[in-house]
Amino acid sequence: MTQAEQASEDGQAREPGGAAGGHIGPNLLERAGSPVGPESQISLSADRLRELYETMVLIRLFEEETERQYKKAQIGGYCHISSGQEAVAVGALEPLEHDDVLITAYRCHHLALARGVSPESVMAELFGRAEGCAGGRGGSMHLADPTRGYLGGWGIVAGHVPLATGAAFTFAQTDEPHAVLCELGEGAVNEGAWHEALNLAGLYGLPVVYLVENNMYGMGTSVHMASAEPEVWKRAAGFDMHAERVDGQDVEEVMEASDRLLRRAREERRPALLECVTYRFRGHSVADAGTSYRTEEEIEEWKGKDPIPRFGQTLLDRGIFESDEELDEVRERMDARVQEAVEFAENADLPELDSLARHVYGDEHAAEQFTRMAPGSPFGERELVLEKELGNG
Amino acid sequence: MDEAATDTETTSGGEDQTHAVDELERGEEPGREELDEQHEYETEEITYREALRRALREELLRDERVFLIGEEIGIFEGSYKVTAGLLDEFGTKRIREAPISEEGFTGLANGAAMTGLRPIVEIMTINFILMAMDQVVNHTAKVRYMFSGQVGCPMVIRTPNGAGNQLTAQHSQNLEGWFAHVPGLKVVTPATPADAKGLLKAAIRDEDPVLVVENLPSYNLKGEVSQDPDYVTPIGEAKVTREGDDITLIGHSMAAHRSLQVAEQLEEEEISVEVIDLRSLRPLDMETVARSLAKTNRALCVDEGWATYGVSAELCARIQDACFDDLDAPIGRVGMAEVPMAYAKNLENATLPHVKKVRAAALAVLGEETDPEEWRAG
Repeated sequence: MTQAEQASEDGQAREPGGAAGGHIGPNLLERAGSPVGPESQISLSADRLRELYETMVLIRLFEEETERQYKKAQIGGYCHISSGQEAVAVGALEPLEHDDVLITAYRCHHLALARGVSPESVMAELFGRAEGCAGGRGGSMHLADPTRGYLGGWGIVAGHVPLATGAAFTFAQTDEPHAVLCELGEGAVNEGAWHEALNLAGLYGLPVVYLVENNMYGMGTSVHMASAEPEVWKRAAGFDMHAERVDGQDVEEVMEASDRLLRRAREERRPALLECVTYRFRGHSVADAGTSYRTEEEIEEWKGKDPIPRFGQTLLDRGIFESDEELDEVRERMDARVQEAVEFAENADLPELDSLARHVYGDEHAAEQFTRMAPGSPFGERELVLEKELGNG
Repeated sequence: MDEAATDTETTSGGEDQTHAVDELERGEEPGREELDEQHEYETEEITYREALRRALREELLRDERVFLIGEEIGIFEGSYKVTAGLLDEFGTKRIREAPISEEGFTGLANGAAMTGLRPIVEIMTINFILMAMDQVVNHTAKVRYMFSGQVGCPMVIRTPNGAGNQLTAQHSQNLEGWFAHVPGLKVVTPATPADAKGLLKAAIRDEDPVLVVENLPSYNLKGEVSQDPDYVTPIGEAKVTREGDDITLIGHSMAAHRSLQVAEQLEEEEISVEVIDLRSLRPLDMETVARSLAKTNRALCVDEGWATYGVSAELCARIQDACFDDLDAPIGRVGMAEVPMAYAKNLENATLPHVKKVRAAALAVLGEETDPEEWRAG
């Protein structure tokens, strides 16, 4: 019995039908709220479509390698694999412009890669190396690349939603025509921070799109057991906010919706909610097999909706790829790319021990301020927090 | 230090009180250019509340990235009137009225600081910052370190602590020690009008997040404050507010005032008391404390909050590390009674670390016993 069926029997869910949800398909698109603004203008060249496919394959192979490296103890901590959710990341991020901002939750390898952060610097971060995209201080949950407007993966469920709202506030305050894409999981929508942030975004008219990756489970709890209203997009009505629900396994559908809503955010200064229905093929984290709370049938059913072969077939049908051999060639090339990333990470330097207390504070006066704590202190402020920050480090 | 508030004086403005009415009739104020043209600045006697308001106004004029966000800070002019007149002068964009959602707007400010603005958040009282605790501790404090310095978070959170107005258990707390516990944050606690202006301005100009803990019962306290628009009190510097030889009383916020009053009383008994106002809890100026104890050899840590696991606990540990050989007696400490605050006035008085209790604690460090029946009621 699926959790949805269980919840239904328990009287918790008003809409049974399995977390697998029978309604995934071309008719999934639903819209609510204020009228839609500008239509999607996204129209990609054949080359660019091939690149999107390549990125999806890269993410899948990267995650498979990540799991192997975790089991070899090269990667520590919590490690959340995104396999199955590639179409959401690649589709939703494609319309982002250079100056737009991306802020995400902690399942973020796919989002960092889709934003163009190099596999080398992501893998090095997972390995805890100085050349990692967060300097070895972040790890799997806290990837970042501010040069690409990626202000981080954040590890407290829904805690980053106000931050993203604040980044949009900056754009509004400074009259800059950019938008923020804030990714979160469906498990975050019952947290207070989410409600407070959406209210502020609606109230102030902020250019932010909340991208909900509804992969049906928050850890081992299905959306039907967690949310009185399991269709997340409907929640936006409480904030007079436009919302859409799309098939998260269809990269082009996600891309068009994301483009439309980001464009509207930039041009009309209005927030929106985009729910993408998707599924994670693996467990919540590497430590979770993902099978105690999901049936084999459900997992297999969703693997039948794998977004990668689906998009590959679409591109074959359109003649953008001419043969299966071309798809195989992409896979081989991306596999080599992942192996290069592993090699890079293996050979990358560990962060210097003497850098331990760097970046706690950034103000040039901080060192001087903290020096006065030093007399008798067993904690070495003078040596660590201070002089390294003064510019020696 | 100026006119210290007494134990029985209840000087705070309440949520529905309008103590700042006289200050609203302030007439024309100098603009940024006029402020810049002056080269010699005088001091002026103003209230702690007005000192904060001027710091906000001057920094709003100086830096267009600065904006204020909080509950009731606009039309209502602040629950304690600190933001009086600012909405009229700077408009709704720089003075952002926020709904009652501390976690939401603190997090919003956090994100705005990460992307180039200089937010100043007003949390109506420190009791309500608990709604935003995850943002402050798990987000604000972590931004710079977690991404190895690629992003900063230059924001200010202003909020008053304090007790003594029969506001009872949920509205009478001194929780600043919780934040001073956290690497990545700075915490300052101005006790005087001069430091209220100087530390708030220093906090706004800092590149890192600073919690400015104001003292609610001190909002009407008057003192001399510089008119210099670039007057700042350096963060991390304690101040010897009274010199003495026999014992050092160390406190911050309201405890700094109480310590001074005890020093005056003990002077009549020919006991010479040195008083240190810490002003900043993180970073903590142990140099000034150690210098004083090398002279007096006796220390009493005075804290308006609970002693257990509190600011005074940290001070005691630091002092025994730094000054062990200088000490002639065990370090004393005194804080709020270890109970939630009661409503009844007599119980509230007995809960506070009032002057009589601090005096008894100081005498204990000096080896003199007192009869608790003489002081426990406050």
